[in-house]
Amino acid sequence: MSALSFDSVAVGDVVGPEIVPVTRATLVAYAAASGDQNPIHQDEAFARSVGLPDVIAHGMWTMGASSSVVARWAGDAGRVVAFGTRFTKPVVVPVEGAQIEVSATVKALDPDTRRATLDVTTSAGPDKVLGRCQAVVHLA
Amino acid sequence: MALNTDFVGRTYPPSGPYAVTAADIAAFAAAVGATDPVHTDLETARKAGYADVVAPPTFLVRFEQDSTRAYVADPEAGVDYARVVHGEQSFTHHRPVVAGDQVTATTTVEQIRQAGGHAMVTVRTELADAAGAPVCTARSTIVVRGGE
Repeated sequence: MSALSFDSVAVGDVVGPEIVPVTRATLVAYAAASGDQNPIHQDEAFARSVGLPDVIAHGMWTMGASSSVVARWAGDAGRVVAFGTRFTKPVVVPVEGAQIEVSATVKALDPDTRRATLDVTTSAGPDKVLGRCQAVVHLA
Repeated sequence: MALNTDFVGRTYPPSGPYAVTAADIAAFAAAVGATDPVHTDLETARKAGYADVVAPPTFLVRFEQDSTRAYVADPEAGVDYARVVHGEQSFTHHRPVVAGDQVTATTTVEQIRQAGGHAMVTVRTELADAAGAPVCTARSTIVVRGGE
């Protein structure tokens, strides 16, 4: 891949949607990679004992997976210079697994800095799971 | 144990240094579906102009959360961790993070506000490299749920 050129991007361009699967194994791997070993993300019995419907994904996994979709569009992951979100709903991950759908829209382009600002939408089934999710990409 | 609102503006001593390794970058990238070879292939990363393989955009969360623990676990701060939910998160990168970086993290309590019976605490963590140059500003807002 190579970095996306600023001149090839227009406001309103749409990224995705991409479907990203998530399983309990994904969450175990994310827990190890991130250091967040909270059992609500791995242990169904524990998750239910604290009132959750089932194991839920780390909000930070959902954020990270969403940023990966933007990075693929950018063509060079090192050019994602900012990424921020609210966590609005959990992604429930039953034993058979789940999936999220990630898309983004180019909202603004700054020719001086060659930066694009994107609004990112991430859902699980009918629920938007991230709120006010925004990425800034430094285009080539 | 009530949340101590006097903590706004308090800065904790730096934590780290944390070593950024190629293996940790590869494991994190795999877990979040970050398929760009700049995360895993040194040659690709160098061709793109990086000194080594590049960390995904949210990779620094591990160091950030380790640093913010100083606040969350501070008994005088009064944070009841059993009531904490992660509300918001952002990363503003000042330069790409690459394998070989040694990162320190300095956390400041930026804002505490009350909303609908909950308290929302925003902590800012400044991540810097071995030379002290800024790498990333991370902000995390935790929601401490109210009620009995």
